[in-house]
Amino acid sequence: MMGKNGKLIPILTVLAVIVAIWYVCVVWLNAPFEYDQAQRNDIELTFGEMVSNTMAQKRPVLPAVHQVFEEIWNTTVLKKVTSKRSLIYHAWITLSVTLLGFVMGGILGILLSVGIVHNKAMDKSVMPWVITSQTIPILAIAPMIIVVLNAIGFSGLIPKAFIATYLSFFPIVVGMVKGLRSPDQAQLDLMRTYNASKSQLFWKLRWPSSMPYLFTSLKVAVAAALVGAIVAELPTGAVAGLGARMLAGSYYGQTIQIWSALFVAAIVAAGLVIIVGILHNYVLGRMGQLDGQGTREADA
Amino acid sequence: MSEIVISAKKLSLVFPTPDGDVHALSDVDLEINKGDFVSFIGPSGCGKTTFLRTIADLELPTSGELQVNGVSAAEARKARAYGYVFQHASLYPWRTIESNIALPLEIMGFSKAEQKQRVKQVLELVSLDDFAKKYPWQLSGGMQQRASIARSLAFDADLLLMDEPFGALDEIVRDHLNQQLLELWARTNKTICFVTHSINEAVYLSTKIVVMSPRPGRVIDVITSTLPKDRPLDIRESDEFRDIAHRVREGLRAGQSYDG
Repeated sequence: MMGKNGKLIPILTVLAVIVAIWYVCVVWLNAPFEYDQAQRNDIELTFGEMVSNTMAQKRPVLPAVHQVFEEIWNTTVLKKVTSKRSLIYHAWITLSVTLLGFVMGGILGILLSVGIVHNKAMDKSVMPWVITSQTIPILAIAPMIIVVLNAIGFSGLIPKAFIATYLSFFPIVVGMVKGLRSPDQAQLDLMRTYNASKSQLFWKLRWPSSMPYLFTSLKVAVAAALVGAIVAELPTGAVAGLGARMLAGSYYGQTIQIWSALFVAAIVAAGLVIIVGILHNYVLGRMGQLDGQGTREADA
Repeated sequence: MSEIVISAKKLSLVFPTPDGDVHALSDVDLEINKGDFVSFIGPSGCGKTTFLRTIADLELPTSGELQVNGVSAAEARKARAYGYVFQHASLYPWRTIESNIALPLEIMGFSKAEQKQRVKQVLELVSLDDFAKKYPWQLSGGMQQRASIARSLAFDADLLLMDEPFGALDEIVRDHLNQQLLELWARTNKTICFVTHSINEAVYLSTKIVVMSPRPGRVIDVITSTLPKDRPLDIRESDEFRDIAHRVREGLRAGQSYDG
């Protein structure tokens, strides 16, 4: 297996390339505004001045990376957590919706997959609908779900969490159906020779066999749940949350605000995926076999 | 007279396939006595594995009669009458060796103390006591197969069904395991049904050799071995051994000529 150091250099190289391209784009995209300003004010603009100006605009087309991080710093470390301008406050709102939706999606996904694997009728009837559910554009259906749920008395966290659930249960169903079906014929026959009951077959064979599949789909699902939470904040006129921050930013042309909310969302997503990954390694490590990639270490 | 453990009368099994029916077993008549070591030998598709699986109630015969311990195969399976050793060890990779061996004991509801004691006992029997805490992938193929034999012995069924358990192993390991299996058989006095491709293995191990032939799968010859119960490896150089092996080979050849 490749060590951490072996991965770090390629990752940093790619990051450096992305940042370099980003700054080129910043100059390229923000330059027209600078030339426009200069012309209006009748000033001659040197190339050097132009470049430095493009990175310090108040409402740039594309903010520079350091501007975004400055904004993140100002709205996290330098703001009280309770402030409406604190990104930590907004991130927490989105995170709580994400986690609630993820847990509900996880439970729903696992229950559905167990049903599908054990019941032929469910396999035939539910699976196609599970797949169809994901072909409906979530942006279209989200406002309707929120409105309907509000009408029957659900408000606040729950309706948004449902959107997160809607996106996150799918990878879990698909992964777990595959996982619960992964035992081979000999492993199943063995249980039959012991005259094992259905529940023994499940808990002693199907469930442990499905663990690598479960954690792989949980990683996808937790990221999807975050997307769901943000999407749920957009159409509902939510006043708090990372999605609301992005929306407000776009109303007022606050591109730096949009990008900083976006970066924080990406950081939260990465954090969640990493936590699930750690859990993955821990559980499969306890099961004595696998590393996080779902592969065995060399038998040597 | 010895007790009959397995009795098959006109046993047939047909697998329907898109290309027409496959007669995996055709009118098989056979009796196996308690304490017998019976080998089933024949080319691929002769139904030897199918016959073993039928005894284990993993396949359902199409017609004929089959009794295991005086009851139907299904009842025998439900009474946990046999231990089955598969071609591949089929150990569960997330369980250590000892916990793999404890699996049938857990399912059959043995107490924790009894589980521990039995696991220890069978691990010693297959000389894997030092590997109890290891995971299957940390063991060689031969050791894995020994662990799977230990697992089939753990709940002490009188009947052992083995489906080419040493087929995937090299000859040196195989010789060694054959010897160990004979010792084990002598010590426990179990009835063993053993499927193999190897004439030498069949003659070396068995008290009874069932020669089978394919399309349709049927019994060509049943040879009762005249070799003594105590068999050192070099018994395979003896004339008696060669005579029996010759008869097995003749049987296999006769089976092939049927195809014409």
